[in-house]
Amino acid sequence: MHEMSLCEGIRRIVDQAAAAPEISRVSKVRLEIGRFAGVEKEALSFAWQIVMRGSKAEGADLEMIDLPGKATCFDCVKLVEIKDRLDPCPHCGGGRLLPEGGDEMRIKDMEVQ
Amino acid sequence: MCTFCGCGDGKVEGHHHHDHHHHDHSDGHHHHHHHDGDLHYGQGAAGVSVPGMSQDRLIEIETGILSQNDAFAAVNRKRLADRNCFAVNLVSSPGSGKTTLLCATIRAMDGPVAVIEGDQQTTNDADRIRETGAPAVQVNTGKGCHLDGHMVGHALDHLVPEDGTTLFIENVGNLVCPAAFDLGEDAKVAILSVTEGEDKPLKYPDMFTASRLALLNKVDLAPYCDVDLDLYESNLKRVNPLIEVIRISAKTGEGLNRWIAWLRAEALSKRMKQAAE
Repeated sequence: MHEMSLCEGIRRIVDQAAAAPEISRVSKVRLEIGRFAGVEKEALSFAWQIVMRGSKAEGADLEMIDLPGKATCFDCVKLVEIKDRLDPCPHCGGGRLLPEGGDEMRIKDMEVQ
Repeated sequence: MCTFCGCGDGKVEGHHHHDHHHHDHSDGHHHHHHHDGDLHYGQGAAGVSVPGMSQDRLIEIETGILSQNDAFAAVNRKRLADRNCFAVNLVSSPGSGKTTLLCATIRAMDGPVAVIEGDQQTTNDADRIRETGAPAVQVNTGKGCHLDGHMVGHALDHLVPEDGTTLFIENVGNLVCPAAFDLGEDAKVAILSVTEGEDKPLKYPDMFTASRLALLNKVDLAPYCDVDLDLYESNLKRVNPLIEVIRISAKTGEGLNRWIAWLRAEALSKRMKQAAE
């Protein structure tokens, strides 16, 4: 949706975390992205290559870890895991589900040299 | 760069937040063999074990990508609470009738109101709002597809809403990105018009999940465009079982009283919660 802005946010955080002079290069950054975060991974990877230019993380690998989408079913009142936002409840087949997580967008860690 | 006033990014004094943490790791051990034969991972300095990553060079970050925006939004929320303001973030697709509805709302309301208008270009919408007598600040996002917490903070500097104001933040017409960016509002309100099609909530579920109220606008046109209003509502409830729906028409005034009553009740409940704290 707005992957370029997200990447700028990532760069800000990575730059701060890699500011120490003994860190010469960031070789890998790992993100945790929820299934319902609305992040288009290909667009994020593309933006990554451009936005990180000139930083210590230029050319670094970007790894995205999927976090499951969870939702509360308003028919059977169970917390269930669903793949797609509009999937029916896997337990009772109900169609009214409210997401309870899965919208995470976090930088987990990074590997530095 | 800040697209509102051209200042450097994140350089608002007193607004800078560092909520990340990181550690240096001198312990190169990846896992430990214990006497009982079990393997215990994650006992290095980082407390985690990651295949393909050597622990001494791993920096834990655990920070939300939007943490800077969220920090700006938190400052806005505090500023608004200090002045007993109630703020709604109006989100919709372009052409849903946000500004017309907002003008009608302002004319029908008593009590102070203020408006922050977000668009990529032009001051047309802020000009229309000012014609109603309400103070308005236009934020042009340039190429940006959404308002963010930083822009709204600057707009509040210019607007300085008086005590007890109802603040309307009219976001850029876009049903995707504004869902993720907290501005410091008390509630997101989605406006969708009957001409957009009953499946709109299913096509853009995130926005309607994030919204507390949906205003189904232009209901005066419903007889002319083969729209099933009940299906509209059930699709809204499908993506967000908790969402409230008001059928409204900026043109005829239908539903306007219910919408204003909702605003009044929400503002009152915020003030009561604040007083109780």
